Amino acid sequence: MAHRLEKRVLLEHAEDPDLRTLDGYRRLAGGYETLERAYKEMEQDEVLQELEDSGLRGRGGAGFSMGKKASFLPRGDMAKYLCCNADESEPGAFKDRELMQRNPHQLIEGIAIAALAADAGHAFIFIRGEYDEQADILDAAVAEAYEAGYLGTNILGCHRDLELVVHRGAGAYICGEETALLDALEGKRGNPRLKPPFPAVQGLYGGPTLINNVETLSNVPHIVRRGAEWFKGFGTEQSPGTKVVSVSGGVRKPGNYEVELGIPTRELIYDLAGGPEEGHEIKAFFPGGSSSPVLKAEEGLDLPYSFEAMAEAGSMLGSGSIIVCDDRVSIPHLALRTARFYHHESCGKCVPCREGTNWTVKMLERMVRGEATPMDLDIVSSVQQNIIGHCLCVLGDSMAMPVGAMVRKFREEFEEVMANPDLVLDPHAVVQGAPETLGAST
Amino acid sequence: MSPVDGAGRSNPNLPVDPAVNQGRIPGRAEEEIPELHEVDCPPELAERIETLMGRYPDRRSASIPALWAVQERYGWCTPEGIRQAAAVMRVTPAYLESVASFYDLLHTEPVGTHRIEVCTNISCWMRGGDRLLDAFKAAAEGDDANFFVTGFECLGACDIAPMASIDQRYYGPLEAAEAGVAIEQLRAGDEVLPEKALAKRGLAGDR
Repeated sequence: MAHRLEKRVLLEHAEDPDLRTLDGYRRLAGGYETLERAYKEMEQDEVLQELEDSGLRGRGGAGFSMGKKASFLPRGDMAKYLCCNADESEPGAFKDRELMQRNPHQLIEGIAIAALAADAGHAFIFIRGEYDEQADILDAAVAEAYEAGYLGTNILGCHRDLELVVHRGAGAYICGEETALLDALEGKRGNPRLKPPFPAVQGLYGGPTLINNVETLSNVPHIVRRGAEWFKGFGTEQSPGTKVVSVSGGVRKPGNYEVELGIPTRELIYDLAGGPEEGHEIKAFFPGGSSSPVLKAEEGLDLPYSFEAMAEAGSMLGSGSIIVCDDRVSIPHLALRTARFYHHESCGKCVPCREGTNWTVKMLERMVRGEATPMDLDIVSSVQQNIIGHCLCVLGDSMAMPVGAMVRKFREEFEEVMANPDLVLDPHAVVQGAPETLGAST
Repeated sequence: MSPVDGAGRSNPNLPVDPAVNQGRIPGRAEEEIPELHEVDCPPELAERIETLMGRYPDRRSASIPALWAVQERYGWCTPEGIRQAAAVMRVTPAYLESVASFYDLLHTEPVGTHRIEVCTNISCWMRGGDRLLDAFKAAAEGDDANFFVTGFECLGACDIAPMASIDQRYYGPLEAAEAGVAIEQLRAGDEVLPEKALAKRGLAGDR
């Protein structure tokens, strides 16, 4: 039984393993009825309008209006593409994994309807290589959908074609960035491109391309089936709908919880995820994955969990992934761990990111070893300021924002650790291992 | 006409006109695309890569899938395997090498048969990911032919932290002691940690 605070739309029936199969999806969730109606009875503009009216905001991180994004694609006979971004690699995020594993057909139906809105004839699901199990599930589901005539040529006799390919990545966080994803899909190293031109105008193979996250596309069949008004009945005015929130770190029941946007953050962390472990308290949390600036417990727990409230608090909802840090976590070590991740994943194309992540790691290492001087804290902060906004993509910013926030909000703790490097609240929180141990060099 | 440098100025001291030589070092020949008969590509591999190329509007899009196929066949992306894929795809081996070296899951050096990636990112780190990595390394020590153990960035399974991906399947939450159990099960060819497989978990809200 779902908790009273949960509102399952995308995760409805997700506990039933039959949902994965085409028959199960049809029986349990009325699967592909919406696709049939959209293809047989609806015009491209009607679908677009419904999506735009719903106010659905992208669930991958940026929170941009999905309908608007789709409407940016030019009209015309040129080949257009749709890419589903399933490269979920943000530390703390694991919602797309759950959605693909439990309900692959919901995503496929969403892609097919979104392809109608974007007039795309070729769609791709770019799934991270680590999600091999989920890619296998998608492969099987796509084969079933082809078999049933929901994909392929002349879908349901409506003279529309859609090819859908599940494309596995091979392990690179940067490929979640939409233009790097396009490069990777074109068979290159995943380096971001200069924007503009935006992918909606010039994307995959130079054609207009709509790129959406798994959760965003999974919402599409529900919106088209029940209407924009129904969708806006959930959540807040600026953040309509439900959201699958990944809660992890120092909580008793980590996992994915689907809730209405705008729910008090405290209820999400305490009532759904079980709160901190016995005898501990929450010190801080990342509200939207590792790239969102951390919020102290006292400033963040009583905020509503919505795009606008998190932005007002100087952070962001991002992909909707809460990482909870309890009172055992040493913030300087957390900053180092966070910075190492971005250092390892920086593609190396832009200097501020490549060098900035490198120097941030080196300086944080000096701090936790007690070799730093007090002015180093100011230097670290200024390095972060010099990364933000100065690169082709936001990978560098994604390190600069949380690390900058940690230094700013927990300066005393940094000073304490710098003065007494042996003083770490939890002995297990000591960062071991050199960065070289973290996979192959990228 | 004398050679022109990058800024468009005439420069008689340059040995070769970079514009004519496409910026390449003089005297160094362009890498050629190997011919199929030169590389001895197993027919199944060639066929697989051809099928993969057929799925995309542009054959180059198949480079990551083709490298996966090479890795599956040879255990890692061997130089010979890369040449074979390059011959089938009609691209240079250097092009495929540049792709292979970018991605963490494609190995350009030999690795053990079983691949174990232990997540050491934030959520797993807080719950003992480093200790789990140490335990796996200790349990597999001295058996590099069979085991490749590495720390890895966030694998997207923070709900089962600390966790590991063993031969591309997720297991967690793991105690350090279970690392040795998993290694023994792999050695014996048994099912690995059946109770800890991600596929068998229910929704968090239902527990």
